Amino acid sequence: MKNNLMHDIFSHLSWGARIGLLSILIFAFAAIFAPWVSPFTQDEIVGDVWEPISAHSWLGTDQLGRDILSRLIHGARNTFFIAGAATLLSFFMGTFLGFLAAVSGGRTDQALSRSNDLLMAIPTLIFALVVLSVLPASMAVLIVVMGVLDSTRVFRLSRAVAVDIVVMDYVEAARLRGENTLWIIFREILPNALSPLFAEFGLRFAFAVLFLSTLSFLGLGIQPPDADWGSMVKENKDGIVFGIPAALIPAGAIAILTISINLVVDSILSRTSSLKGGR
Amino acid sequence: MAVDNNSLSTLVVKRLALGLLLLLAISVLIFAGTELLPGDVAQSILGQSATPEAVANLRAEMGLDRPALTRYFSWLFGIVQGDLGTSLSSGRDISTMIGDRLGNTLFLASSAALISVPLAIFLGMVAVHYRDGIVDKLISITTIATISLPEFFIGYLLILFLAVNWNLLPSSSIVYSDMSFMERLTAIAIPCITLTFVVLAHMMRMTRAAILNVMNSAYIETAELKGLSPFKIIFHHALPNAISPIITVVVLNLAYLVVGVIVVEIIFVYPGMGQLLVDHVTNRDVPVVQAVGLIFAAIYILLNMFADIMSIIANPRLRHPK
Repeated sequence: MKNNLMHDIFSHLSWGARIGLLSILIFAFAAIFAPWVSPFTQDEIVGDVWEPISAHSWLGTDQLGRDILSRLIHGARNTFFIAGAATLLSFFMGTFLGFLAAVSGGRTDQALSRSNDLLMAIPTLIFALVVLSVLPASMAVLIVVMGVLDSTRVFRLSRAVAVDIVVMDYVEAARLRGENTLWIIFREILPNALSPLFAEFGLRFAFAVLFLSTLSFLGLGIQPPDADWGSMVKENKDGIVFGIPAALIPAGAIAILTISINLVVDSILSRTSSLKGGR
Repeated sequence: MAVDNNSLSTLVVKRLALGLLLLLAISVLIFAGTELLPGDVAQSILGQSATPEAVANLRAEMGLDRPALTRYFSWLFGIVQGDLGTSLSSGRDISTMIGDRLGNTLFLASSAALISVPLAIFLGMVAVHYRDGIVDKLISITTIATISLPEFFIGYLLILFLAVNWNLLPSSSIVYSDMSFMERLTAIAIPCITLTFVVLAHMMRMTRAAILNVMNSAYIETAELKGLSPFKIIFHHALPNAISPIITVVVLNLAYLVVGVIVVEIIFVYPGMGQLLVDHVTNRDVPVVQAVGLIFAAIYILLNMFADIMSIIANPRLRHPK
């Protein structure tokens, strides 16, 4: 049954989306098997500073003479892990609170929705910068800050989806049976809201990748010696004015990943109307 | 009573009051975000090896030993009177530090707005005219691409080609106070193009959607049956009715420009508010971060409020909610 659904979704994907899916899988594969697929380790100095592309180092070397391809593969781990964890956190928080608001209604709904509006009234980047000025720079902090700030968007969507489901007869039936709020949220609302949330997950993940890269590029994300794609751009940016394109390689990797995700989500959203969730 | 509630001025005043309330709430949020979180400013300035006495002394000197509520109100009253406080790292007055930088940032953002807004509306109309054709498809593909591209990718790509390889424009955007207007414009050319790229596609796509939405109306069909030229229909019949959503999209993107400008300033080493903010987040200079963060948030909220008020004025239907 599950396989059938997967096959159904895949056969509806446009060619752009299939290419996108392929590149997401390649990136994910590289991230998972980084130590086995990368030609060098991420800290190994393999040549001169900013060497051009060669048979020895396929994407050239960086500002310290490290292999860019190897660092790109290892950096993919940090980028995927932090962006993925932040997105998961934002979904757990956002959907739970969103469903809770929709099921409870009344004052709980008002309180949750208005505080959510308040958090959304400040641009995410500004608020993240303000908060990061006092919090220690660590992966856990990054994940929590990104996850909490992004959960506002998930809250808005999941509340909107759940409001439509709450009025259904089967929810009414569950209420009359005397089921509690948690049961209704997890057993009645969640299974029926999965598909629009699935598409949103892709978009939020793409946004998290961009956001993490921006923070790292500003020097406020992942701290050296750890690296992600954003901090690689920062490390190599001084080469640009000498005509050395090293910084564009990690930046391009971010671009390819986010474009791929958008292509896949866009195709799913336009082909299967049921995934739109009515909004 | 019902009529009075829906009059234009009442609605606008209501929206203004809501905006002010929001500003106040945001100031609480920004203050709480830096003061109540489990990080200690004094500790982080002195480092982990500092003695407890030294930390306590610094806390007393900075007034951090007072209760949070007292500190919030003295901060807020200071801001209302134009006193943004003093920087921890340099001891300078924050208002003087901001000085020219606010002007520089607004100059860059408004130049980008002056290019991108008319261009986006024009291209949106072109996309409607050639809808479902090659031009339209091309526009929608570039939209997906530019929404997904990080600002620094566009920025460094433009530097590499326009400044380094073809030598057309300067690569750094350092501006001085005694520069002539033309010199300034040349200096901000590449950052301006970068910002335009960042917001153009989204604005264009929303303009297209807004116009297409009214293209299905009966009066458009009437205009078509009258034999008017397609461009005249779009320009005279569809555009005025789509103006309210377009204004909303334009102003929302201007608000986004205010955020995008932070990253762009770092890319181009442009002496604006964004650079000030990021530098002082790195230094953990909390008073500066609070002040600059509040200014950015205030501009963002004011723009959003402006968008709402403009669409109330432009759309009579919003004045009579069902």
